Amino acid sequence: MSGADVANGAIAKQAAAAAANGSALWAGLAGIAALIALPFVFPQGFALSLMCQMGIATIFALSYNMLLGQTGLLSFGHAVYFGLGAFCAIHLMRWTGSARTGGAWTIVVLPLIGGLGGLAAGLILGGVTTRRAGTIFAMISLGVGEMVASIAPMFPALFGGEAGISANRVFGAPLFGITFGPQRQVYYLIVGWAIVAALGMRALTKTPLGRMANAVRDNPERAQFVGYNPQRVRFLMLTLSGFFAGIAGGLSAVNYEIVTGETLGAQTSALVLLMAFIGGIGQFYGPIIGAVLVTFLQTALSQYTHAWLFYFGLFFLFMVLKAPGGIASLVELHRDPWRLGLTRWIWPQYGAVLIPALATVAGLIGLVELVYRIAGGVDAGETSWRLFGHAVVATSWVPWATAIVLLVAGGWLLAKTWSGVLCQWKTVLRATARGDAGETRK
Amino acid sequence: MSGQHARAAVLTLSGVNKSFGRTEIIRGVDLDLIEGERHALIGPNGAGKSTLFNLMSGRLHPSSGTIALRGVDITRSSPQAINRMGLARSFQVTNLFHRMTAFENLRCAASWSLGARYMFWRPIDSLPEVNARAGEVLDAVGLARRRDVAASELTYAEQRALEIGVTIACGADVILLDEPTAGMSRSETEAAVALIRRVTEGRTLVMVEHDMDVVFGLADRVSVLVYGRVIASGSPDAIHADAKVQEAYLGTELGTELGTGPAKAQQH
Repeated sequence: MSGADVANGAIAKQAAAAAANGSALWAGLAGIAALIALPFVFPQGFALSLMCQMGIATIFALSYNMLLGQTGLLSFGHAVYFGLGAFCAIHLMRWTGSARTGGAWTIVVLPLIGGLGGLAAGLILGGVTTRRAGTIFAMISLGVGEMVASIAPMFPALFGGEAGISANRVFGAPLFGITFGPQRQVYYLIVGWAIVAALGMRALTKTPLGRMANAVRDNPERAQFVGYNPQRVRFLMLTLSGFFAGIAGGLSAVNYEIVTGETLGAQTSALVLLMAFIGGIGQFYGPIIGAVLVTFLQTALSQYTHAWLFYFGLFFLFMVLKAPGGIASLVELHRDPWRLGLTRWIWPQYGAVLIPALATVAGLIGLVELVYRIAGGVDAGETSWRLFGHAVVATSWVPWATAIVLLVAGGWLLAKTWSGVLCQWKTVLRATARGDAGETRK
Repeated sequence: MSGQHARAAVLTLSGVNKSFGRTEIIRGVDLDLIEGERHALIGPNGAGKSTLFNLMSGRLHPSSGTIALRGVDITRSSPQAINRMGLARSFQVTNLFHRMTAFENLRCAASWSLGARYMFWRPIDSLPEVNARAGEVLDAVGLARRRDVAASELTYAEQRALEIGVTIACGADVILLDEPTAGMSRSETEAAVALIRRVTEGRTLVMVEHDMDVVFGLADRVSVLVYGRVIASGSPDAIHADAKVQEAYLGTELGTELGTGPAKAQQH
């Protein structure tokens, strides 16, 4: 390769980068337009509150990935920063409401107060938790999380005991006619903050600290030998992550108008871990996918079945075993073949898998539901229900046989067709590698 | 020796001991490294060369004795404190930020000394000095065309080159290289020697090295470490002729190398 070739390659690369930047900008604008349009597409109260929850979860999960994905810190206590931010915000909301100061504009900046609460918590607790990385950090974060959660009930004035602290978000003067009474206005507040917070976190990854977080994740010892204190890097990342988690907490205070001690607990911490992991911790956007999906499953699925947590566990298990890089890693897997127009090779194989996969899942769900019905648990007595207009009776053999046939036959076909997918993927990846080589040779 | 002392000692080890439990690894090492010299540390396996490097760079702390960098005591200093004072080291086993690209590795190495520190309010792309130095070092170590390849996906020789690059990108003027040519072929070794010569120009270099061609081709001064003691220190010619060194190495692999010249030529 001659010097001119290298120079041409560099120019082509710049042009490609500029084009990518341009298309990223358009994609971003389209995304924002879609977020603005969503409440008109789904105006129902249920959908609106679901979307609000998704927005809050998105900020929270992204803040969590500042630790797990970017700094390599597996935290079991991230709810602390979310929760303390939420408590700061709700107290301020109460106070401004009762003191009759402020108005709708205070609600706009309230998440920032939550963020500062999370930041303060990070400053105080981070010194202890980030002393070490790895398993020790995970254990300490769990301990600190449980400690804070267990302190909460002892101070009812601060944490409201079992009832929690509630406040009213509508008070004082409206801002340009906005009172934040209707859920739709809160939705736009959440979207606005989510965009600002996501852009902030994205920008942070490109700063010296953000890069050193990656360096400390990869090799803390070498970081020391280029002049950095890995503890300090972890501490700063945890504190900033606490800030963004606090913003999410502040928004949740505005959204629900109540914050309880449970917010600080292990369940919240576990949920955000699952969101980040399922979405994919290796890509910045991964946790966004995870937050949206997990919130949807958690809220929508629980409307239909009491076994939702079981399905959720199965799904998580499946992801950990089959796609440990999360959904984002699957997206990334398709990126290069898609660019080269090679994904069309794989569609037939995906199509062949679809029906067996659906049959297997349907059979599995059928069995789980039947077991739940006859096991005498929460659904005891409800041994018959309606599905697509047909009555299903759990005490008869028909649904059992159907479910088992679906599961076994579907599973068998799935195993058959899946090997075709894997085989075809090898071909696609080989062609992708060749396609890349061909491009750089030009 | 008086001629060498006319120039200042950069790094001074005085009576340095290091024991692990009852095992004494370093036993009373006194060593002066002179400003601007290329100093090779040789000795048989287990002589304590890497341990001595670890002591100089703060990875380990001496059991007794003192180490001073430009007159400042660094005996108990942390690795990052020593690095910030202008001493950088490489590792015998490649020790990089493996999921980051070659260029990002170098930017991380350049960041502290160019004032980027823990900055989180400006993108690293907007810091011209950091990017310029990372780019220069990338060119210097011959990885310009592998700029955006993850460190873990580079070839072994490329990783070794990046290892040296990360060390010099710190901007330190005392460079410690731990077996920079270990595991390299003849031609790779030659390229590495040229690289080391180029990038350590005007700096003080200390290197642990087993390849006697590299040692005698590159070093201004050689110190011989045997069982935790420096038994001789002087110009390559003086070391080559030193009776004590000959005796210490008699019958060992290094002995044959010292006695009969190029080791790798024999191996091939």
